[in-house]
Amino acid sequence: MNTSEMPFEFFTVAHLTRIGNQSAATLAEFLTGLEQCSDASIFHHTFQTLGSHHFLTEGFSNDFAQWALADANRDALAEQLTALDIRDYISIAALRADLCRVVREYCGAHPEFAHQTTLEPFYFCESVEVTVPFGRTATTLDEFRQGIEHLSHAAFYFHFISSRLRLQLRTNDFSHWLADGLGLKALADSVNRIDIYTNTLDSARGKLIQLIDLERRKHVGSTNGEPHSAR
Amino acid sequence: MLEVQTASRIPLDDYAEVIGKGELEELRALAKPLRGRTVEMINSTAVGGGVAEILNRLIPLAEELDVKIRWEVMTGGEDFFEVTKSFHNALHGEPYHATPRDFEVFRAYNERNRARLALDSEFVVIHDPQPAALIEARKKNGNHWVWRCHIDLSHPNRGVWDFLETYVSKYDGAMFSSPEFARKLPIPQYLFYPAIDPLAEKNRELEPEFIADVLSRHAIDPLRPILTQISRFDRLKDPVGVIRAYRIAKRYFDCQLVLAGGSASDDPEGAVVLQEVLQEAHGDPDIKVLELPAWAPLEVNALQRASTIVIQKSLREGFGLTVSEALWKKKPVIASAVGGIPTQVIHKHTGLLAHSVEGTAYQIRFLLSHPEIAAKLGEHGHEHVKENFLITQKLKRYLTLFLALAKSA
Repeated sequence: MNTSEMPFEFFTVAHLTRIGNQSAATLAEFLTGLEQCSDASIFHHTFQTLGSHHFLTEGFSNDFAQWALADANRDALAEQLTALDIRDYISIAALRADLCRVVREYCGAHPEFAHQTTLEPFYFCESVEVTVPFGRTATTLDEFRQGIEHLSHAAFYFHFISSRLRLQLRTNDFSHWLADGLGLKALADSVNRIDIYTNTLDSARGKLIQLIDLERRKHVGSTNGEPHSAR
Repeated sequence: MLEVQTASRIPLDDYAEVIGKGELEELRALAKPLRGRTVEMINSTAVGGGVAEILNRLIPLAEELDVKIRWEVMTGGEDFFEVTKSFHNALHGEPYHATPRDFEVFRAYNERNRARLALDSEFVVIHDPQPAALIEARKKNGNHWVWRCHIDLSHPNRGVWDFLETYVSKYDGAMFSSPEFARKLPIPQYLFYPAIDPLAEKNRELEPEFIADVLSRHAIDPLRPILTQISRFDRLKDPVGVIRAYRIAKRYFDCQLVLAGGSASDDPEGAVVLQEVLQEAHGDPDIKVLELPAWAPLEVNALQRASTIVIQKSLREGFGLTVSEALWKKKPVIASAVGGIPTQVIHKHTGLLAHSVEGTAYQIRFLLSHPEIAAKLGEHGHEHVKENFLITQKLKRYLTLFLALAKSA
């Protein structure tokens, strides 16, 4: 079994929600808000909110889409905002540009709705992120598996989803280390294909552990007995 | 000031079966850099009310993480509490003309309390308006002060808020339960949700026999759908509107309605509302109006667990933690889109929102016709509470805040 010279260090992350001074009571104001709010605000309402609502696997994608549906009562706009997949983005600027484009095009096509007052305003908030070491490191696949098992939801999400923004790559911390640290490129690719929109964080973690166990079985063979069962 | 000794102590490890070992490890990791550092929580009452209830649970958990935390209660005379009660109502938007004497009483008691207390912990958390002026004791380049506001400041009385703002703007940050409650301030404002304790009597698992006994005592039929609203008898909770919604649904479903709240005997307005409710319910044996003793957590727990649907049809609401209590018990919730309720009830995901009597009735009919959807909403609601509104999450938020404040310094 490979040992990495570069250990994987598990971190945990916690977020505070900072309330901004911007709110929107119409779609037109919402568009202005999207254009002007901070990057931390776009992150909060997309990446962060998906993490804290990971148990919703049907139709929940981000706060913007949910507000368009429940408060602006604009189903078609909500669908388009829901369809934006954060895994396609490695920068907040690109995500913001697409969010603005969708809302701008909708308002252009339906000017009668642009200035209609919504049931509740949208309040732009921001994430303040605090990271601390989780106290675990891994240099082998076995240690890595143990670390994954013990992670909190927030820590798992931090390494698996929001890492895209940090790495500026269409990958995640786990796949990055599996490929570069342990040289397991095929496993890294399989892990990167786990769908976070149709999985909860627990089921995504279960799939990741299953994939690791398949890999361990290849290396360990029958000599070490059965690998641990997947969660 | 009096230092409060917290009564109840539930070991942190007991929460592992509820939130998972990973979440506990995370709390320990976040607390590690804060070990031995000092925190002081100050409010104006040791018993009664949501703040005291939360601090009673939070302080022992923080101590287990080796944070040196203490809770102190502000002292004041009757005149002080009369003034702060008026301020409280005025900040909620009630008309009130504050006099210079009111402000003087407020300042004088805060000054006396400042003289009694060191206020030298690294992190000082002041709860609600009563002790807000303690900030004047802060030394230059000293410790971190934050103000936790548990009340709705969306439409405050101008005079009272302008007075209070002079103190609030001197803090390092303020925390509110909803973005809607926040004000435009020159300091950072954070979202801090209230929380429920999953191991407290009001929320812990119950034996089916106990639930059956509670139903039997109140002559509630366990075999027919039970709709429940738990809230004090207050017009802002719209109990009469709930009865009207039930009546519409009753045309289609043979259901029962339970309206349960604290005793109205020491609340003249509550007694009037209770009479209105009894009048509206008159002649229908399937409506149970229950006046529960002031503290009947197990009974409330049993009624929520026995319910088919839980309703919270408030016209105005602070945060509405009864919603989280019901969601934690995996109950489908139909609630008004007011105050902190939409944060808990994500429409069509963790419950259903309604805006009128007719809308509430329609959602009741919809859920009684689709029990599989009701069950799914309940499941998702439970997960939502687990992720956001448990006491352990509240502790995590505080640890995160302290780490962020320390980092910013």
